[in-house]
This record gives sequence, structure tokens and C-alpha cells, in this order.
Amino acid sequence: MKLYLLIPFLPLTAFVINILLGKEVLRDKAHWPSILAVVGSFFITITSVLPQAMAGKVINEDLYTWMVSGTFNVTVGFLIDPLTAVMLVVVTTCASLIHIYAVGYMHGDKGYYRFFAYMSLFTFCMLMLVMGNNFMQLYFGWEGVGLCSYFLIGYYFNKKSAADAGKKAFIVNRFGDFGFGIGVFMIFLTFGTLHYAPVFANAAGITGQTVNFLGWNVDLPTLIALLLFCGAVGKSAQVPLHVWLPDAMEGPTPVSALIHAATMVTAGVFMVARCNPIFNLSEIAMNTVAIVGATTSLFTATIAITQNDIKRIIAYSTCSHLGLMFLACGVGAYAAGIFHLYTHAFFKALLFLAAGSVIHAVHTNDIQEMGGLKKYMPITYAVFVIAALSAGGVPGFSGFFSKDEIIWSAYASHSSVGKLVWLMGTAVAFFTPFYTFRLIFLTFHGKYRGGHPEEHGHSAHGSSHGSHQGEHHIHESPKVMTIPLILLAVGAVAAGWVGIPPILGGGAHFAEFLKPVVGHPEFHGTHAEEWGVMGLSTIIALSGIGLAAFFYLRKTDLPEKIAKQFSGIYNILYHKYYIDELYHYTIVKPTLWVADKVIVAITDARIIEGIVNGVPGAIGKFSGNLRKVQTGLAQHYGILMAAGAFFIIALVLLLR
Amino acid sequence: MEQVIMNQLSYPILSTVIFLPVLGALLILITRRSWELLTKWIALGTSILTFIVSLTLFTDFDKSTHKMQFVEKHSWIPNWNINYYLGVDGISILFVLLSALTAILCVLISWNSIKAKVKEFYISILLTTSFMIGVFCSLDFFLFYLFWEAMLIPMFLIIGVWGGPNRIYAAIKFFLYTLVGSVLMLVGIIVLYLYAGKSFDILELMTKNYPYTMQLWLFWAFFAAFAVKVPMWPVHTWLPDAHTEAPTAGSVILAAILIKMGAYGFLRFSLPLFPEASKAMTPAMLTLSVIAIIYGAVICLAQTDLKRLIAYSSVSHMGFVTLGIFALNIQGLEGGILQMLNHGVVTGALFLSVGIVYDRTHSRQIADYGGLATVMPIYAAFFMVFTLASVGLPGTNGFIGEFLILLGGFAANKLAGVLACTGIIIGAGYMLWLYQKIFFMEINKKIIGLPDMDIRETITLVPLIVLVLWIGIYPNSFLSFMHASVQHLLERVNAGGVQEVNIAKTILEVVR
Repeated sequence: MKLYLLIPFLPLTAFVINILLGKEVLRDKAHWPSILAVVGSFFITITSVLPQAMAGKVINEDLYTWMVSGTFNVTVGFLIDPLTAVMLVVVTTCASLIHIYAVGYMHGDKGYYRFFAYMSLFTFCMLMLVMGNNFMQLYFGWEGVGLCSYFLIGYYFNKKSAADAGKKAFIVNRFGDFGFGIGVFMIFLTFGTLHYAPVFANAAGITGQTVNFLGWNVDLPTLIALLLFCGAVGKSAQVPLHVWLPDAMEGPTPVSALIHAATMVTAGVFMVARCNPIFNLSEIAMNTVAIVGATTSLFTATIAITQNDIKRIIAYSTCSHLGLMFLACGVGAYAAGIFHLYTHAFFKALLFLAAGSVIHAVHTNDIQEMGGLKKYMPITYAVFVIAALSAGGVPGFSGFFSKDEIIWSAYASHSSVGKLVWLMGTAVAFFTPFYTFRLIFLTFHGKYRGGHPEEHGHSAHGSSHGSHQGEHHIHESPKVMTIPLILLAVGAVAAGWVGIPPILGGGAHFAEFLKPVVGHPEFHGTHAEEWGVMGLSTIIALSGIGLAAFFYLRKTDLPEKIAKQFSGIYNILYHKYYIDELYHYTIVKPTLWVADKVIVAITDARIIEGIVNGVPGAIGKFSGNLRKVQTGLAQHYGILMAAGAFFIIALVLLLR
Repeated sequence: MEQVIMNQLSYPILSTVIFLPVLGALLILITRRSWELLTKWIALGTSILTFIVSLTLFTDFDKSTHKMQFVEKHSWIPNWNINYYLGVDGISILFVLLSALTAILCVLISWNSIKAKVKEFYISILLTTSFMIGVFCSLDFFLFYLFWEAMLIPMFLIIGVWGGPNRIYAAIKFFLYTLVGSVLMLVGIIVLYLYAGKSFDILELMTKNYPYTMQLWLFWAFFAAFAVKVPMWPVHTWLPDAHTEAPTAGSVILAAILIKMGAYGFLRFSLPLFPEASKAMTPAMLTLSVIAIIYGAVICLAQTDLKRLIAYSSVSHMGFVTLGIFALNIQGLEGGILQMLNHGVVTGALFLSVGIVYDRTHSRQIADYGGLATVMPIYAAFFMVFTLASVGLPGTNGFIGEFLILLGGFAANKLAGVLACTGIIIGAGYMLWLYQKIFFMEINKKIIGLPDMDIRETITLVPLIVLVLWIGIYPNSFLSFMHASVQHLLERVNAGGVQEVNIAKTILEVVR
């Protein structure tokens, strides 16, 4: 028994225990198996797997043969290299802290055991996803995490919006997986195997090959890379499949933190980085990745500035940051992308959990009904600010180092779209701190604007402006929630210090560690330029914070005026560019209409059933008419006999 | 003498498996009508015994050979050269086991829900089981056709006597539809019999080569019988009616076994007997399969009746099966066979599950449910596993089958593979929509206070859950049965094909 096998299988065991015993036996202690399992995985990762990976040891072993059919042969097997090690650190660290936090957050919930069972199942699938040594296992984990996401988004399933959101996430992801699946088929047809090692070793051999795909002659590496990327677009909520992630906020907040910020949504970035030997072969594919990432990043950042739901703002922010990671991958700076994945996991999980702490206290998601919370929730406030500074890319914090590396990589890369995406990334650097601090100022500063929905049911939706009723009920969250917050805050500040670039006196250890897997892009740029790019994005980030302060602390009536002045743009942003509506009217409705009005009503009921019931009907009618001949009246038969005899005689006479 | 492995066991195992249920039926026949409990126990006992005996097939099967095994051969009507000839290979063996298992589940699920004509019901169930197993074991065309048609009679009765309000229409439609197809096959069988010098011996017929035009005609004659049974688009419309009106056990038998016989027919007869015609007809077959996949899935989106939705989903899923079969490569064929098994397990399970709530509410309308996960949580968990298997989630059996089929289909024809993949998206759409409407959201007041599954119902579903996960996690226990037989089948199909391709090439060259 290999020790590393415990990493995924401990959470699986916890899942089985919770499903079987959680409801009747464990009940409010259902968190114990899940927490022990994930913390166990964390310790194995830190004490055994990470040191081995740092020593340069790569594990690539098969556990058993999963499926054999002819030459098709895949195993359940594990690959642990530096990239996997980084992902394991991210997943087990965040999962451990979020599991502990959830004990406080989910306390007293009806489905307590169910929540922890799903969380363990998710952790298992996510670990299988990052540890697999072949595309099949990747796909297994990929669909598995999607399933758990479906369960957990729809956790409050008696609520229609939650059930809808879960279903939407699943189906939108299926669109991405459609391409991903075909990409996997293409890999098998091209390389004859689905295992990473032989595929990547032979990848260079397909350079320049073309293949006939549905009538078009296309470049083989481009085709495979773009098909795989479809899956990443779905899973990592990139444009145009980003629509499921904001709705996914219907799930409990720890779920948003773990699945929809720190781990699952980053699987797309992980996959692209893992498949870098294929992506590197195609400039078109690389540029597509970069452009899609940059576009998503900018697009969702602009939406975030107008939203009022605390979790949705952070969700759009997640889309935006994931876009930056793809931007990095697209210009060949995979290490920078993974570095941002790693720092993002800490500050974004922290943002979500801190938001959860707020929601736990005020029982609403609407920031227009909050305000002035900092005196009641000092710890939450402090960690929220730390997370925001890190997310906003303020120098010294984790997020700064990774974001700066991405922006510098884009600027300095050989990529033909490098300068373009650099500009877009720099623009994002303004929006990110702006909407994050808008959120902070509206939530924690100023005066409390909400009632207390549980005490005053009638004052639900912002109807009680300025009301101080119920305000004294607001209090800081329990220790089981604040301690994970503080630990994550440490990560949000310091996790990035492992990747300080040489120009700031660091050793860029992170990029060096990943170099054997993802290589290192060649940059062309002077030190002066590097300072300039860094300085520019820093100034822009700080000005974003400044503008947020000006709007939401000083001139608090100004945002509303601007929204009125530019109501056209404001409405487009507020309604998220009407993408949901677009899909509803161009895809969902027509499909249902065709199903109901064409296929059921016409093709099946009229045409096919018409023939099926028509043929026996016609036969029946014919025999019915024929039956009329048999009247049972002797004189009829006599006449017919006479007519027949006459006919025969006439015939004989004529023919003679 | 053909290359077969005679039965080495001390008893004729296949005959035992076929005729044990008949014995049970006879026992029930002489039981007093008022002793309903005894009737049920006899039915349960015989079906369990049949399954236990059939397990020997599973353990003693030699996976290394494509040859027919456990063969029994006795002269029956020597004047016409008709033999009582039984045997199984890697293609048929799993369906014998599945049929035996299904019988147990059908008896269990009907325990309380069948209240009228109890004796006749269980006799019908047992006879259907016997005939279905007979179909899978027959190596003589005459015997095969006998079982094939005999099976219709108890099935017709199950639908027509114990079915829903519109049962007579459904039963007659089912009967006529399948009969019309079968009659054409009968003509085909007689043509083969005469051409081959009066032989009904299936294995012997397979070794012969038939002229191309004859193959083509016979292919379509057999196609008529098999396509109706599968059912392929556009001869699928008997299925929703039959499924919907049949009692739960009837739907389960239909879904799990009966509609597999069409696909089995393609594998056992069409491909090896008419290899050139099969290859030539591949484009048509792939097209029909893809249409079935998408059409069946889209039509599910507009259903309001629970059983009808699952029935139409069968059309889509069986489209995957025929796609795999006519991909004519090893992944497609093995995926197709495995998917037949999977579909039997999953759709059978879904119909059993629907039966469980139907017994409580007597409603098949999706709108009459909602929030059931709160009322019947254990049931909701079981249903979820089957839903996921139906959607083809990795870790469940549905994934393995669909993946291999799509891989094979994609290798054979990229467009067919890509279009079939869209069926998976829609599949997730309607199954999750169904699950949401029934189990999630606010509790419908019609279902408040329903009891969760009892032990009998749980026992009925547990074997199927085990199969869903077993095949999903370790499919090789089942795939390994098929390798040798499928390889042999492919060799047979391809051996004739080389010549055909060359002819086509020569014609092309002449034309140019």
C-alpha cells in the first residue's frame, strides 16, 4: 500500500461512512469523518508527497486496469510531479480549512451529514482529477467534481432557484465536456493511448499534420488543443460558458469557497497546463486561450462593478481571475498561471468565507442592506480587507506577485497577441480592486441599512432604510469560523512569497519548481520595462481602490447619479450583458419548442403514428367494404352469380 | 461437426435454466387459486433457483475462446433437419444471466401491486423468462423462431390484462408491430434454409458465403424484425405505448430484455450471416442510430408522463447500441454489447423505481410530484444513482458503455460520433429536469406522508445498484467475456469485406 493512495481514498472512505451512518448514527458529529480524512490527506501531502516532489522524484504508477477493449486500454493510475504536488497543496489546504469553517457555518442544518458527505466526495473526485496519469481518469474526476458541484449548488433543493442553478451548472458544463470528450477521442485515434506520458512524449511528432474533421482539413494539434480547451471553458466558467458560475452561488458559502473558487473551477487551468506539450504546438490554440482568458477577465470584471449580491460579485471576480490564469497559459507562461491559481485559492477562498461570515450574521446577500459592519465583526473585516488587497494586487500581498508575473509575461512574451492581452490585463487590474473595495465600503463602512429579516419578517428587501432595529443582533462569527479565516489570511498575505521574482530580490522558486513540467517561456524585455509594467499596474490598482473610496466613502450619492446618467451602459452591465436571456431565447426555448410542437405533435403523432395507425386502418376499411359483399341475402348472390356467368360467357364469346 | 464445446457438466445446464421457470409455472398451475402467497413464493423460488443455476455459466465460462459453450444438441424433427440445439458464447451469455436476474426482480416488484389473476400473472412472468432465455441460447433457427414468437404471447397478456387504462390498444399495437417484423424474418429464415441445403443450423449457415444481392434482401428482411424490437427510429412508436401501459414488471421485462433481442439479432445473425450487406448498409444504419439518439432525447424534453419519458429515453439509448454495433470495430461492438447490459440494468431499475412510487400514488404524471427527496430520502438516493448511470457519469456503468460506443463510432465515422455526443448533452437535460421536478423544489401536497421504501423494495433495487457500480468501476469482469467472441465476429465480417472493397475499387477505376 502506497502512502499517497490515502490522499484520495481517505475522503472517499469518509464519504461512504457519512452516507451509511451519517443520518442515523453520526448526526451532528457527521463532520468528524470528513474533517479527519481531509486533514489526513493534507498531512500526507505536506510531509510525504511535497518533499518527494521537491527532491525531484516523479511517481507514475498504475493501480489497476480500468477498461480494455481491443487496443484501447486505460488504467486507474497516479502521476505525482511538481504540478500535481502544487495542486495537492492547494486542494488539501483549502479543503481542510473550509471543512472546519463549515462546522460553524452549517451548524444546525437539517442535511448536515449530507453536506459533509458531498464535501468528502468532492474532495475525492478533485484529488483523482489532479492525481490521474491519463485522460480517462482526468475525465472521471472532471465529471465527478461537476456532479458534486451539482449536488452542492442544489443543496437547498426545496428552493426552485437552487435546484435550477444546480441543473444549469451541470448542463452548461456538458456543453464544454462535449468538446472535451471529442478531444479525448481524437487523442486516442492519434496516439493510440490515453496515458499522459506516451501522449506528451510523442506530441511533437504530430506537428504540422492535418486531419479531415467533418469535411474540413484542419491542423491536428490545433484541433486537439481547441477541443480540450472547450472543456476548460465550461469547467472554469470562461466566456461564453461563464453563465453557470454566478448562479452557482445558490449553494452554501463553504461550497462556493471550495468548489467555485479554490479548486474545481481551476481544473480547466490545471488541464491546459498539464497538456502544455499539445497546446505549445499550435499558435492558434494558444492565442485562443489567451484571448478567451483576457476577454473573460475584462468582461466579468465590468459586470462585477454593478452587482449587489455579495457572493455574485465575488463569483464574477473568480471568473475574472480564472481568465487571467488562461491569459498566462495562452502566452506560454504556464507557471505564472498556476502560480496565480495557487495564490488565488487562498485569497478567493478567504473572500468567500469572510462573505459567508457576513451572511451568517446579517442573513442577507444584498450589500445594499448591509453597511457599518466593521464595528461588530472586526476579525471578518480585517481578513476581508487583507483578501481584497491581495486580490487587488497591492504590492507585498500574494496576489500581487502572481498577477504581476502574468502581466509581465504577457508583455514580454513572443506571443503575437501578447501586447493586446497585456493591455486587457492591465485594465482588469483597475476593475478588480475597484469592485472589491466597493464591496467592502458598502458592507463594512457607513451606516447599517438593513433590518433583521428573522426578527422583522416584513422588512425583507431594503424597505427599512436606516433602520437600526435588529442591528444589535449582529455579532462576530464563532471561533470555528474565524480561525480558518485567520489562517487563510496568512496564506493570502504570504503564500505568494515563494514566487517573488528576481527583480524584487526573490528566487522565483515557484516557477523553478514547475519548470520540469511546464517549461519556462522566453521573455524579451529589459529590467526597465519590467519595472515600468509593474509600476503601471500597481498605480492602476491603487487608483482603483482610491476611486472606490471616493465613490463609496466620500461622495456616496455619486454612484447612483452616474448610474442614472449612463443608464444604458449601467443596465447592460447590471443585466450581465443579457447573456442568460440570449441563451434562453436562442437555445433553451427553441429546443423545447421543437420537442413539443414539432417532434411530439407532428413527426411522432401525425407522421409516424399516422402511418402506423393508418395502414391497419386502411386495411380495415378495405375489408370492411369487402364484407358488405357478404350480405347473406340469397337474391344478391343470385344476381352476382348471374352477372358473373354473363361476364364469363361474354368474355368467351369475345375472345373467340 | 462445428467447432463447439459440448456441455461438460453432469446436467444439461442450458436446458435447466430454460425449463426451470416452465416447471415453476406448471407448479403454480396446480396450486389452488386462493393460495396467493404460495403462488408468489413458488414464482420467487423458481426464479431465484434459475438465477443460481445460471451463475454456473458465469463462473465456468471459458473466456479464452469464441466457440459456443455448454452446447446441447439432440435431433428433434429429423425429416426437416431440425435439432434441439443450444449453446452460449461471449455475446449471449450475459443476457442469459440478466434475464434470470430480471425475473427475480419482476416477481419481487409485483408482490403487492398485482391483485387480480395472481396465478396467471406469475405464470406469464415465468414463461416469458423461459422463452427469453431460450432465444439467447438457441443455435437452431427453427428453435430460435419458436422462442422468439412464443415470447410474444405471455408478454401480450401481461400488457393486455394487467396494464393501465389504454392497455388493449397498447397490447395489440405491440403484438402487430413485432409480428409484422418477425414474419419478414421468417421468410428470410426459409430462404436461408433452402439455399443452404435444408439446414437450420445457425453455426453452419454462418460458415457459408451468400451472393451479395441475396445478402442484401435477407439483411433487410431480418432488419425488419430486429429494428422493430430494438426499436430503431422510425419504428419505435409501439414502445412508449407498451411501456406506459404495461404493469411495472412488464415494463421492466420489455426494457431490460425484450428490446435487447433486436440488437442481439443484429449481432448474432445480421453481421455474421450477411457481412458484405452489413458493411454496405453501415451508413444507413449509422444514420438511423444517430437520428434515434437525438430524436429520442429531444422528445423526452416534452414528456409529462414519467414512464413515457423513460420509454423514449430507451429509444435514445438503444440508438447508442446500434451505433456501436454498426461502427464495426471492437470498441463499438463491445461498447454496444455492454450498453445493452447497462441499459437493461439502468432502465430496468428506473422502471422498477417508478413502479415503487406508482404503487403509492397511482399517478404517472410528473406534475403530481415534487419535493419527494424530503419525503422519501432513501428512494431519492437510489433514483439518483440510476439517473446518473442513465446520464453516463463516470464511475457508473453507463459511462463505460457510452464511452466505448462513442469512441468506436467516432473512429468509424467522425460526424456520427460528434452528433451522437449531442445526445449526451440532451440526455443530461431531460434526466436532471425529471429528477428536479420529482424530487426537488417544494413538496407537492399529493405526496405528503408517503412511506419510504420498505425492505422488499430495497432488496429489489440493491442488486442493480451493485451492477451499476461494479460495471462502472471494474468493467473488465464483463468486457472480458466478450473479447474472443467479438474478435471472431469482426474477423468474419472483415474476411468477406476485403473482396467487396476491391470490387468497388475496380468498378471505380473502370469508370474513371
